[in-house]
Amino acid sequence: MKVEIATEKIGVGWMLVLKGDVDMNTSPDVRNGLGEVFKQAGSKALVINLSGVRYMDSSGIATLVEAMQNCMKQGMKLRLVELSPSVRDVFELARLSSIFEIFPTVNDATAGL
Amino acid sequence: MTQDSGQKIAHAEGQAVPVSLIVPSHPRYLYVIRRTLHPLVCDAGFSRKDARRIILGVDEACANIIKHAYGGDPKGTIIMSVMDDAERFSVRLKDFGKKVDRTKIAPRALDDIRPGGLGTHFMQAAFDSITYDTEQGEGTVLTLEKKKQQVTQ
Repeated sequence: MKVEIATEKIGVGWMLVLKGDVDMNTSPDVRNGLGEVFKQAGSKALVINLSGVRYMDSSGIATLVEAMQNCMKQGMKLRLVELSPSVRDVFELARLSSIFEIFPTVNDATAGL
Repeated sequence: MTQDSGQKIAHAEGQAVPVSLIVPSHPRYLYVIRRTLHPLVCDAGFSRKDARRIILGVDEACANIIKHAYGGDPKGTIIMSVMDDAERFSVRLKDFGKKVDRTKIAPRALDDIRPGGLGTHFMQAAFDSITYDTEQGEGTVLTLEKKKQQVTQ
């Protein structure tokens, strides 16, 4: 099982679109995809579209926490979009729902960027 | 034995029997473990939320086996045995790697926001009982149990 990763330019930043399960096997690929975005100079925002992610485990959560920390270091906004019930439940279990900026739609997330 | 139409997996006398799966200790097989567990957890009558958490808890336990018992070596073996009876749903995970040091198993504080350390917390959230047995020859037997009376629809 692989995870598909696509990047799109949006306003002042980038959107990373993930599709597939994000687990111990695939989270290194997600981390690499994020690394490519963080190499882009001048980016002010990162939106991660999770609409295609039906499963995420603690390694996926760890990858997103790392992304949040990198965004803070680089002065970038990080927004998560379209969490499935399964992924939202993992965020609630980890008590991270209020730590991340989470939006229901891409339009909501990219508004004002 | 049948799994058709959501019937319980049982032999002729009507008693539950374990369903077993053997996979290598490579993270790519976590997907196979989850897909194997899904119909078994659903047939056990758990709510969607409980079912998701049980699958997550087992996934995290297997990830810990890969990381800590086998040190990332993909050539190890994980044997998963699932038992669904009237009182409880249990998952037994046997490995042949480094024995678990129970003194080092602890979830991190959830208000300590940092990568990692959540796997044990997710296991505890899913199951009523988690036991590690290091007295069964090589490796460790981890048994995860959820009581049926806590099934919510």
